[in-house]
Amino acid sequence: MPLRQPAARAAGANGVGRLVTPLPPGLTTVPSLGRWIRLTDDGRVVALTGKVEIGQGLLTALRTVVAEELDVEPGRVEVVSAHTGRTPDEGTTAGSMSIETSGANLRQASAWARRLLLERASNRLGVPVARLDVADGEIRAPGVNERLDYWQLIDAAFLDFEIPEHTPEKPPAEYRWVGHAGQRRVDVEAKATAAAFVHDAPAELHARLVRPPSVNHRLAELDIRVASPGTLVVDGSFVAVAHPSESEAVRWAERVADKARWRLALRSPRAEIDEQRRAAAAAFPIRDGRPVRGPRREIPTTFRATYSRPFLMHASLGPSAASALWHADGLASAPRLVIESASQGIESLRGVIARATGLDVDGIEVRHVAGAGCYGHNGADDAAFDAALVARAVPGRKVLLKWSREDEHGFEPLGPPMHIEMGAKLDARGRVAAWTHDVYGFTHVSRPSPRAAGVDLLSARLLGEPLEPSPSRPALAPEVGIHRNALPIYAFPAQEVTKHFIAGAPVRTSALRGLGAQGNVFAIESFMDELAHEADVSPDEFRRRHLGQDARAVAVLDAALAASGGLAGNRGLGLARYKNRQCCAAVVAEVAVDDSTAAIRVAKLWIAADAGRVIDPDGLRNQLEGGAIQALSWCLKEAVTFDSEGAVANRDWESYPILRFSEVPTVETVLVDHPELDPVGAGEATVGPTSAALANAVFAATGLRVRDLPMTPERLRQVAAG
Amino acid sequence: MIAFRLDGRAAQFSEDQRDTPLIYVLRDDGLREMTPKFGCGLEQCGACRVLVDGSPEYACTLPAGAVANRHVETSAGMDGAVRRALIDANATQCGYCLPGIVVAAEALFRVDPHPTRDQIAEALDAQLCRCGSQPRVLRALTALAGW
Ligand code: FES
Ligand code: FES
Repeated sequence: MPLRQPAARAAGANGVGRLVTPLPPGLTTVPSLGRWIRLTDDGRVVALTGKVEIGQGLLTALRTVVAEELDVEPGRVEVVSAHTGRTPDEGTTAGSMSIETSGANLRQASAWARRLLLERASNRLGVPVARLDVADGEIRAPGVNERLDYWQLIDAAFLDFEIPEHTPEKPPAEYRWVGHAGQRRVDVEAKATAAAFVHDAPAELHARLVRPPSVNHRLAELDIRVASPGTLVVDGSFVAVAHPSESEAVRWAERVADKARWRLALRSPRAEIDEQRRAAAAAFPIRDGRPVRGPRREIPTTFRATYSRPFLMHASLGPSAASALWHADGLASAPRLVIESASQGIESLRGVIARATGLDVDGIEVRHVAGAGCYGHNGADDAAFDAALVARAVPGRKVLLKWSREDEHGFEPLGPPMHIEMGAKLDARGRVAAWTHDVYGFTHVSRPSPRAAGVDLLSARLLGEPLEPSPSRPALAPEVGIHRNALPIYAFPAQEVTKHFIAGAPVRTSALRGLGAQGNVFAIESFMDELAHEADVSPDEFRRRHLGQDARAVAVLDAALAASGGLAGNRGLGLARYKNRQCCAAVVAEVAVDDSTAAIRVAKLWIAADAGRVIDPDGLRNQLEGGAIQALSWCLKEAVTFDSEGAVANRDWESYPILRFSEVPTVETVLVDHPELDPVGAGEATVGPTSAALANAVFAATGLRVRDLPMTPERLRQVAAG
Repeated sequence: MIAFRLDGRAAQFSEDQRDTPLIYVLRDDGLREMTPKFGCGLEQCGACRVLVDGSPEYACTLPAGAVANRHVETSAGMDGAVRRALIDANATQCGYCLPGIVVAAEALFRVDPHPTRDQIAEALDAQLCRCGSQPRVLRALTALAGW
């Protein structure tokens, strides 16, 4: 077993200029080793993470990281995810950050666990650590007969150990599992064979909601003389039913819905990002990566184009659900309210529910249980609050509350529309001399947070004593919301990139996979194609000219072109580095456009991606491909519309169609691995490049430039008609 | 009581559940067969798919009474090559659509063990997946079909 070198090795033996590797932030906040890694009496390893599985394969990847660092078989490692009071608070599972943060925390904690155990073994055997060898937790030394395993070496000091500083980790060159294929997902078998989702949780009562037509409607009248076969909960305009039988709960909710009359209490603002709304938007030009309030610089441009995307849905396949149990009289030591939820941020959820119910934060326990894929901020948190409201009315009985399909489509926070104005000037040599990017839109950030001004849970505003949501405010950190990936990956001699924030969305809008990156990259990469066409240069050559010293982006571009064999034919290209910091992805799309129906069929996608060190190649591919398919669905088919009272008009899969099996392309994915670098998030990396590759392929196939999504046959005809 | 077979074993439900959609009868406390998933209740997503005497049905709308004396099969009972191939290939993301896909694919492979990619896609066209697992599902099943 090679001895692990301290981080200072690069600085030389004399220690001059000694580099100190900092601890990952999670371990600074929670230094207690036992909060991250535990060895159980039955010979297993339990790893604790505050992050959650949302179909991205996270638990499998974290298991691999821990097994690798500890030198135990992955099958021995169980990863326990997000449970308040038990797992470390690692914030919300979002932004493709979990491998970077929780992965780094668990890797370092595992390295410490291994180091402590080997030090103990070294003392017991009288053999220096450097000569010990570990295989599946069993420790051996040459010439020593006695064998020890990790589990024999646990003592009180190990259990109480506080991580003081960084300890060297296993060099990637020695990896056996990390970066290697063949890891079967830990959660898939159960999902195909048994109860595995929060929807499947056992409960005494099943609850359903009776929702108004929109959040702007309030209850006018409810004839509650209906004979009551279960429990009816009415609090202002929050109406729900509960019954021991699920089918009865559904039937009863339908009957109550028939009796309820609603009135439109608030008129919602217009949904369109029209000229008037753009003029009233607050401008934040980006300076050193951050949006700052102030006038944008005028840079003259000669070539301009405007792109847009509509409101989009997360449209989870399973309607949101949660369970809640409100204990009648709490023991001082036990929580009063226990929730099972598919929330991506259980700690925030707990804080906000505490505020909304008046319970103490410590009086609430929230455990993450898998839901259907959510792709951002969907109804999971709202459903948890709904379940808590019903549970409060029936103390001592566990309630499982589910939204209907209509609730889900009608009330999830939507992905906001975007309006993007691009401008450029080309010099005599066909290079971009000046570049402007103005992106307009509503907030992409309204997850519930205990630090927010309001209570951002859907039903809060419907209560008899309403709790108002937070006013929407522009997010001004680098690479969030509207301006995520508004900065181009290219080096231009002059550029001005500006975020334009519009307050007052007509509906709730929040994080949808990639946030602003999808619209911004769609616009940038479509525009780059338009400019390449103008300059009479091939799309890939034109991009290369502007990639400057970005060798990793060039390598990804090359890999996509090599895989696809180039761009000849009906093909288009898209390229971006997610958040200008994480996974760099290039996508080539090939399309066929039917002359008579104007329908676009995507025949094939090639994806190349650099996500730093690859932890789980199969999981990474799955994420990259899933994002690409979802983006195709958005771009080809999806748009939310509203009725005259501002209610979402698309309430089922027929009025909100998504891509089907017969419509998905074959996909080939190439990973550009960098074992020497840290891994970076990739789950959202392909949505932007795929969107642009599609538009550029449609242009290659038809000569039609589609700048407004979705690219339906009607849209194509409109563009053709000019 | 109304008798039927569920994944090869004898099962029953009460007379007054005759008109209840099958999915609730399968999932309620008596049977607790949780793999059929509720997605829409509208025959639009396929998450609730089960086989009734070998043909795919929507459990979200099919009245339970319709399965009297018939054989209902769910993903939980399909321990053959189709489910194995999908699990081994990690051919899912969140997995919510997976049981329905297992059922629809099983129905196809029983009739035709060597379907082409296009035939598989057509057989699965009523199964929605929002996570974008389709390419991988199609890869796993075309490999199983021997292509
Ligand atoms: S739940 Fe039956 S088709 Fe959607
Ligand atoms: S894997 Fe999530 S819906 Fe298909």
